[in-house]
Parts: sequence; structure tokens; C-alpha cells
Amino acid sequence: MKIIECPLNGPRNAQEFVCGGEARQEPSQDAAIDDWADFVFLENNLKGVVHEWWCHVASNYWFIVTRSTATEEIIATCRPDEFFADRNATDGAGRE
Amino acid sequence: MPLALLKYGFRRKYRGERYIPAPMPLRKAYDIVIIGGGGHGLACAYYLARNWGITDVAVLEKGWLASGNTARNTAIIRSNYLTPEGALFYEESMRLWRSLAGELDINLMYSERGHLTLAHTDAAIRSSRWRAEVNKHLGIDSELVGRAELAKLCPQINLSEDVRYPVLGALYHPPGAIARHDAVAWGYARGAMRRGVEIHQQTEVTGIHSHPGGSIELETNRGSITAGRVVQAVAGMSSEVARMVGVKLPIRSVPLQACVSEPLKAFLDPIVVSGSLHVYVSQSARGELVMGGATDPYPLYSTRSTLDFTEGLMANMLELFPFLENAKVLRQWAGIADMTPDFSPVMGKTPVSNYYIDAGWGTWGFKATPVCGSCMAELAATGSVPDLIRSFELERFGRMQQLGERGAASVGH
Ligand SMILES: Cc1cc2nc3c(=O)[nH]c(=O)nc-3n(C[C@H](O)[C@H](O)[C@H](O)COP(=O)(O)OP(=O)(O)OC[C@H]3O[C@@H](n4cnc5c(N)ncnc54)[C@H](O)[C@@H]3O)c2cc1C
Repeated sequence: MKIIECPLNGPRNAQEFVCGGEARQEPSQDAAIDDWADFVFLENNLKGVVHEWWCHVASNYWFIVTRSTATEEIIATCRPDEFFADRNATDGAGRE
Repeated sequence: MPLALLKYGFRRKYRGERYIPAPMPLRKAYDIVIIGGGGHGLACAYYLARNWGITDVAVLEKGWLASGNTARNTAIIRSNYLTPEGALFYEESMRLWRSLAGELDINLMYSERGHLTLAHTDAAIRSSRWRAEVNKHLGIDSELVGRAELAKLCPQINLSEDVRYPVLGALYHPPGAIARHDAVAWGYARGAMRRGVEIHQQTEVTGIHSHPGGSIELETNRGSITAGRVVQAVAGMSSEVARMVGVKLPIRSVPLQACVSEPLKAFLDPIVVSGSLHVYVSQSARGELVMGGATDPYPLYSTRSTLDFTEGLMANMLELFPFLENAKVLRQWAGIADMTPDFSPVMGKTPVSNYYIDAGWGTWGFKATPVCGSCMAELAATGSVPDLIRSFELERFGRMQQLGERGAASVGH
């Protein structure tokens, strides 16, 4: 993965980006402390296809990357609103 | 010894020492099963047998002994950590290291070189002084040195000011050492096998079920077995294996790369580390420079090497040692580091009874091999958590508590 297709800036060198970790939906404000601890600290850390937040540093633009942590292949990138709309449609709350 | 060596030299046939376990059938049940035949798992097996007389133990290793991070690290051993919990734990490891070669009867090439952590900014000087004071208070040999003293301790370092990050001083830790990492694994393996522990290579755990009665069933590529208690010590694969038993960890698996130069005439005695430049370098007994840097920028389960890493590392190496500009890199590799958010390990109980975890060793776990093996053995043998590792329990994250270890390797400061 040398080139990442940024939804805002098009194909850019991977070194221009930082990985922001798993894309998950925040617990509700009144969720139990266990849910918050899980959200803040615990990771699925899957070996396989994952959805992550990435940021194009120069333009400070955050978006979603779908990639394989087993093969280092980038499968797709999309805007966050597309991603979460999709998830909410398929699995209700979009939570894991 | 010299006479024995001479006789050995004149012998026709050299008897090979057997460190690698011969294949043998897997039994149906064991008292304790250790998943992962790296240094940590093997040390735990050894101390179970030696300290607790428990030998109904099997170590299951999916590849070969020490095929994970144990034989991929840059082998730096030190105890000048920042948190009292960490510093005391690693100091106990140093105590065990010093007598380990004799105890295991194997040449670990444990070599106390002195360890220098360079500071390039006022902030780094401040945190070095902080570490030195915490260390001294705990009886650990550690001090802050200025440029003049640094020039005496390691005249090879470029102390000129016409570089991007001039060196202002260093945290000096005289007992800092390196060791032959694969020999550590072999020594523990042989010690454990001699006491009756079984070590199974090419045996991968593929599924785990905990039974209401307390026993744990492990599926492997060689059939399923039952264990009274299980210790998981699989480093980079921690999250994947823990998932099999329904435990979620605060870990990201990120590649950490390293490389060695061609052998050079011995010139570098101390181990030199720069947290700001992300350079870790020592010279092995063979003359190779063993070099490491920062972890890769994103999680990944592939141990591929990248040119980005070598290029970035060498740019910084040449700031510190400009005369190496014509030296060649000989080999490069990667291991998968199990990184925690607070740079402290996760050791102890899990929500699953009789299932113990030894993980989150990231870029810093080789030095902990002896003390971690001994503490995990105590936990598996007695069921109660030794004081030395109490603050490293997985539970801390549930309480929103971290044990921020900024003295760990690969942590920028
Ligand atoms: C490049 C690099 C440099 C480092 N430098 C240092 C350093 O200078 N100082 C320091 O203190 N630490 C350092 N570390 C960290 C250190 O190497 C590790 O923390 C330590 O070796 C972990 O030991 P371990 O026995 O837990 O893991 P490993 O040695 O990785 O052993 C885990 C074993 O589990 C096996 N396994 C995995 N999944 C399964 C399964 N399902 N079934 C059966 N077996 C399985 C693997 O094959 C592996 O052999 C470095 C790491 C790297 C990668």
C-alpha cells in the first residue's frame, strides 16, 4: 500500500496519511462505564478486513479506509457519511 | 574448562546438543498448557517445573521455537523505566538475567555494555532527569550525563551542533546489556524438557472452549486436548488467540522492523538509543551493528520489510554516526509487536477462569523474559497474582486506569 485513494484529494502517497484506528460508533453519553472503557481502550485488532479512520494530514481530512491487515491491501476508501449511512442501514446501530 | 575445551577440539565427532524438542505424540490432557513457544512461554514452562515442581505441562508452538519476536528483537536489556511498577519489575528481571547463563548452562553472551538514551531537547533532558531520580530512588544504577561526560563514554557519537537535533545529554544506565536471544529460548526449552515438560512444535491452537467445570479445551491442528489451566503467551497474535476464548484486549498488532549492518571492526561499546530520532543501535560480538527504529505507522499482521523504514532509520543513524556512510545493511526483518495504549504489558487473570494472559509486550518484552516467566509460573501454579505484576492486570482498563510507561522503547519524548 504505497498509494491511498483519498476521497477528497485523489490518489496520494501513503506517507501523507496517518491511521486513526478502528471505525466504530461512539457509545451513547449515558452508556455504562464498561462500554466506554471498551470504546476507549479495547481493540478488535482483527487479522483480516478492517474499516479504519485515516487522515490526510496536509488537508486534515478524515475518511474511512477498508483494508486487509493480513495482506496490506487497500480494498476501498470512502467518505465517513457514506460509511456510517451504509452501516446504519445494514446493522441497525452500526456498533460492533 | 580450558582442558575440556581442548579435548573437545581434538575429538573426531562433535556431539550435537539437543535443544530442539523431538516430535512426540500429543496427550489428551495436561495440567497446564502454555500457548506460544517464544521466550516468555518457555520461561514460564521452565519456572513451573523448577520453582513449583509442576511438570504435567505442554508448550504448544505453531512454528518452531522462538520463531516469533524472541529471535527478532534487538536484544536490549535494561531497567531504567519511568514508573516505579515498571522499574521494579524490570530490575528483578536484571537480577535473574545475571545468573541465567550459569543456571541454564548455555552461553547467553550476556554483555553489560552500558545503555545511553540520548536527549536532543530540553523536554527530553527533563524526562531523563525524572527517570534518573525515580531509578536512583529504587536503587537502580542510572544518571543524567552532560555532553562532556557523554563524549568520554562514547566518543563515536557525533556531538556537533550542525545537525537537525544536536545531542544535549543522555540518560546513562551502566548495567544496560544485550544477550543472544535465540539461546535464551533454547536454554529455557532444554531446562524445561529435562524436568519433564513437553514442547510441541508445529502445533497451532485453532480454537478454545472454556467448560463450566473450569477445564479448558484447546483445538489444535493435531487434535483437541484438555487443560486444567492455560497460559497464553503469543505476542503479536495475542488478540487473535484471545478472541478464540472471548477475551478482548487493549492491543494493536503493529510491525516493528530491525536490521543489521555488515560486520565492522569493533568500535561501539555502549548501547545507544535516541527516543527522538528513533534509533536503537548496539554492536554485536560479531561486529554487526544491530539497529532498530520506530514501529510501523499502522497495524498489520505481515512481517514484510519496507524501504521506508531503512531509509528513515539510516538518515537518523548518519546524524549520530556520519562516518558510517559507506557501511552496508546486510539483513532486514520485522516482528509483530503487541502494542498497548499505555506502553505497559498485560499480565495476569482474564474474565475466563483458569485462563491467564501474558501479552502487550510490544517493543519491550525481551528484557522481561525471566521475570515474566517466573511470575506467570507462580500465577499458573498458585492461582494468585504475584505482587510484582499486580498493577499490570487487564482489569486496569475497565477502571479507566493506565500505567503510562514513557520509559518504554519506541516512545517518542
Ligand atoms: C524488531 C524488534 C525489536 C525488539 N527489540 C527489543 C529489545 O531491544 N528489547 C526488548 O526488551 N524487547 C524488544 N522487542 C520485543 C520483544 O521481542 C518481545 O516483546 C518478546 O520477544 C515477546 O516474547 P514472547 O515469547 O511473548 O513472544 P514470541 O517470541 O513472539 O513468541 C510467541 C510465539 O507464539 C506462537 N504462536 C502464535 N500464535 C499461536 C497459536 N495460535 N498456537 C500456537 N502458537 C502460537 C508464535 O509462533 C511465537 O513463536 C523487540 C521486538 C521486535 C519485533
